[in-house]
Amino acid sequence: LAHGSGGKATKNLIEAVFLASLGNPLLDRLEDGAVFPVDAGRLALTTDSFVVSPLFFPGGNIGDLAVNGTVNDLAVSGARPLHLTAGFILEEGFPIADLTGIVASMAAAARAAGVRIVAGDTKVVQRGKADGCYINTAGIGVVEHDVALGVDTARPGDAVLVSGPIGAHGVTIMLARGELDIDADLVSDTAPVHELVAGLLAAVPGVRALRDATRGGVATILNEIAEAANVAVLVDEAAVPVQAPVRGACELLGIDPLYVACEGRIVVVVDGAAADEALAVLRTHPLGAQAAVIGRIAADPPGLVLLNTAFGGTRIVDLLVGDPLPRIC
Amino acid sequence: MRQCVRMSVRVAGTVQGVGFRPFVHGLATRLGLAGHVGNDSAGVFLEVEGESPAVRDFLLALRRDAPPLALVDEVTAREIAPVGGGGFTIVASRAHPRAGTAVSADSATCADCLRELFDPTDRRYRYPFVNCVNCGPRFTIVRGVPYDRRLTTMAGFAMCADCAREYADPADRRFHAQPVCCPACGPRLRLVDPTGTAIGPALESTVELIRAGLVVAVKGLGGYHLAVDAGQPDAVARLRRRKHRADKPFALMVPDLAAAERLCAVDPTARRLLTGHRRPIVLLPRRCPADGTGGTGVAEQVAPGSHWLGLLLPYTPLHHLLLADLARPIVLTSANVSDEPIVYRDEDALHRLTGIADAVLTHDRPIHVRADDSVVRPARGGAQVLRRARGYAPEPLSVPVEFPRPVLACGAELKNTFCLGTARQAVLAPHLGDLTEYRTWRSFVDGIGHLTRLTGVRPEVLAHDLHPDYLSTRYARDRTGVALVGVQHHHAHIAACLADNHETGPVLGVAFDGLGYGVDGTIWGGEFLLADLTGFQRLAHLAPVPMPGGPAAVRQPWRMAAAYLDAAYRDAAGGVPEDLAVLRRNAARWHQVTALARTGTNAPATTSAGRLFDAVAALLGRCDAVSYEGQAAIALEHHADPAERGRYHAAISTGQPAVVSGVDLVRACAEDLRAGVAGPVIAARFHNGVADAVVRVCVRLRELTGQHAVALSGGVFQNQPLVERVVSGLTGLGFRVLTHVRVPPNDGGVSLGQAVVAAARDRAGLVRSD
Ligand SMILES: [Fe+3]
Ligand SMILES: [Mg+2]
Ligand SMILES: [Zn+2]
Ligand SMILES: [Zn+2]
Repeated sequence: LAHGSGGKATKNLIEAVFLASLGNPLLDRLEDGAVFPVDAGRLALTTDSFVVSPLFFPGGNIGDLAVNGTVNDLAVSGARPLHLTAGFILEEGFPIADLTGIVASMAAAARAAGVRIVAGDTKVVQRGKADGCYINTAGIGVVEHDVALGVDTARPGDAVLVSGPIGAHGVTIMLARGELDIDADLVSDTAPVHELVAGLLAAVPGVRALRDATRGGVATILNEIAEAANVAVLVDEAAVPVQAPVRGACELLGIDPLYVACEGRIVVVVDGAAADEALAVLRTHPLGAQAAVIGRIAADPPGLVLLNTAFGGTRIVDLLVGDPLPRIC
Repeated sequence: MRQCVRMSVRVAGTVQGVGFRPFVHGLATRLGLAGHVGNDSAGVFLEVEGESPAVRDFLLALRRDAPPLALVDEVTAREIAPVGGGGFTIVASRAHPRAGTAVSADSATCADCLRELFDPTDRRYRYPFVNCVNCGPRFTIVRGVPYDRRLTTMAGFAMCADCAREYADPADRRFHAQPVCCPACGPRLRLVDPTGTAIGPALESTVELIRAGLVVAVKGLGGYHLAVDAGQPDAVARLRRRKHRADKPFALMVPDLAAAERLCAVDPTARRLLTGHRRPIVLLPRRCPADGTGGTGVAEQVAPGSHWLGLLLPYTPLHHLLLADLARPIVLTSANVSDEPIVYRDEDALHRLTGIADAVLTHDRPIHVRADDSVVRPARGGAQVLRRARGYAPEPLSVPVEFPRPVLACGAELKNTFCLGTARQAVLAPHLGDLTEYRTWRSFVDGIGHLTRLTGVRPEVLAHDLHPDYLSTRYARDRTGVALVGVQHHHAHIAACLADNHETGPVLGVAFDGLGYGVDGTIWGGEFLLADLTGFQRLAHLAPVPMPGGPAAVRQPWRMAAAYLDAAYRDAAGGVPEDLAVLRRNAARWHQVTALARTGTNAPATTSAGRLFDAVAALLGRCDAVSYEGQAAIALEHHADPAERGRYHAAISTGQPAVVSGVDLVRACAEDLRAGVAGPVIAARFHNGVADAVVRVCVRLRELTGQHAVALSGGVFQNQPLVERVVSGLTGLGFRVLTHVRVPPNDGGVSLGQAVVAAARDRAGLVRSD
């Protein structure tokens, strides 16, 4: 890949790589913007940048990650995803074959999620100025349900659920860097959750908040709930689903699965009375087959996430300022 | 005609609840002086009138002859106009606008009360709540100041006529003793089974249950304990299982000094610590190894593999009654699960101790403030406090620097204490423990509220650690309207040692501990600082090594062995010798952990001395995984042969800061191990080698700075052979060495250090207010 500036090289790249895979009537026109009609109602708009390293890992690559991430952000906003945009920042010399593979994954992920990539942009920067390939995706969706989701609406008595085992993505990425001689039977959990969410919202009226547990993991989401709603989030350690290989790798790495990123797991806050129903609905979808109620919302102590441990202790699950650093003196 | 004068006097310090007013009353009456004395929220106020020599004698004696539990900080007197009249009275307590009096610490039952307890003719015979002005509960029952019965948890007990008479009689030992009571009017014992059903008679049944090997929760001064017969291995093992406490030694309460002497070597210092009114747990060397139920009467499970026992003598009348009837040592450990704080509320006792205690011996005098047993060890200078709590807190500590504004120092995280500073005093809260445990966190937040109210200190400056994720740091940063002072962890350790010794530096500070956040964002713990209270310069440190798996490397010392050995043999043909047992024991994960170390994947670099001791403990097969902090280092300390004089050599780089190679020491240990040298000899040579490196660095830093005073702080300096060798090495070379006396060298002392650093910086105008 050459360091281009909007000339013939870039045009060739766009046609050969992007349109070949992602082509659709809106994108094919190659106008400055995509114009499309929407039904009356509310829209949801989101954007996210993806800088994962390595670019290819068990279970996916940066391409499907970039599509699923934005689809999921729309989904947990209560929206049906419609269209995405994609912006690429590529490093000079990046192999065309890798780019083609990434774009093909994006196309497949978009198809699976029922969305189209309707606008895009590509920049190639000098060698050493980027880590191969960065992708930004933005997405727009329509909010069809009459829901007002928000972590600030959590209230005492609500239940907290996760849609499946946590931490697989983050651990897979750490191991995929290949520096550690660890063979774990692990793949990233990257997946689009829009169907799972749509099913839940259609069937269960008491859903208060949905969050996509990405960077910072479930622990970070739970802290955002506690802080925004000024409530306590009480979590039962034994109830948190973690796959055995994830648990094993976390133990070796010395990290807590609660803080590890997922890419296809949602945290659900639902009226306590509807908790069983929500759990049953989640479990009808393959992505929610191992959903679990992991805790509940209480009034006291406001602003804190507490973890009831196996020994009957109660540990504070704090929001970390930076990378986890050992605290023990 | 002699001149008649009248003086208005204020006495500040620990002067309430310690018999100070009766003492003043007696003194004035004896000298024929008129006037009055009373308590207010700032201390004791009094007026005396009489002939001037007598008044002068009175003022002299006020400080000199103060009662045993009193601590007089300041006596201020001014002359006022005589008013005539005779007689000396004790007047009602009143509030004072400028609060600031100290609440005294709880005190063990005094000899007079003990005599009454076992005197069949006394009306308090076998009454488990006997106390007087010289002994009994204080801090743990106080709800507010001034120290008056109505502001203690005794408020609900109306005195009977007999008690009221004693309370009102200036000649009586119970004159204005706020918790005074008797069987007719005071608290009562109650023994209940796990369903809450009463079992009676309480005391006799408790004795039977303990004899039968059952676990009984017993309400003490600052919380509930769990008691079992120390001589029954099954009973002690059951307690370990139920408490989820794998290895950490249990403390023993023994009936009397003679029983203590049968178990341990008790020198005069130890005797004083065991029998004093503070009654801490005293760590003492065992006389002979435990041999099950026979011989010493202490099961091996009490303190597995330990050469030391933690002993304490009864300190409440209830303990005295129990131990007199049992006539044997009992395990007495805080009632909690695993690392939770000690249970102290009656409503918690039953449901939180379900499944742990077979019965609960409780009573109806509430505990207002939780306080664990303190832990001390005889040391040079008398005692080294390792955990400062019941019997010590909240006795104020005089400090070598004046606080321009009131300070709250929030402490560290794992052995948290907080500290309030005002004027020239620091009040260190009792040991709280691990703040990430929610109930401990609540004690921290509530304790700050309670102690600021009791002391009247309204903090304007908050000092905190630099670690961004410590909950104590977060607490400080969440406050508004106060000035913040961040204090580097090891600077705080050294400042604590300076304050402990009434010094301000500069000093060469050696801070060896587990881990602390450095100013460069890496993790420190083997530091040589040139420090005063205001600031520090890092002049030398241990060479950084990776901690493979971060916190996992703290839990599993063998990972530190892997990291150190990898560094030691990186350039050797064949790498780490495969005949090392530590490698074979941990073969399944050795290479993965080594890869973490090499790639820096969740393997933060640390200069920690604690981790170096961990590595050697694992290398010598003493400890691959820990269940409590310091376990590996303690195992290594106990392993070391005290007679061995050999030592390993650690290279010290010539750069600035100088870097000490811990890797050299580990390599030497490994080579001796492979050559068949006995473990205890290697352990001793390692200790000697660390001490030697400390001394050599200090010599070099003395040349560099001209400083010849050295302060030793940090949890690693709880290691006795290490301290002894460092101190003798340094003093032999003309250094002056400061060690801890009043506050722990571990993180329990960090808040005091933070407080005095904040004071010094505030005085120097370095603290911004916004
Ligand atoms: Fe420390
Ligand atoms: Mg996002
Ligand atoms: Zn007494
Ligand atoms: Zn009475």
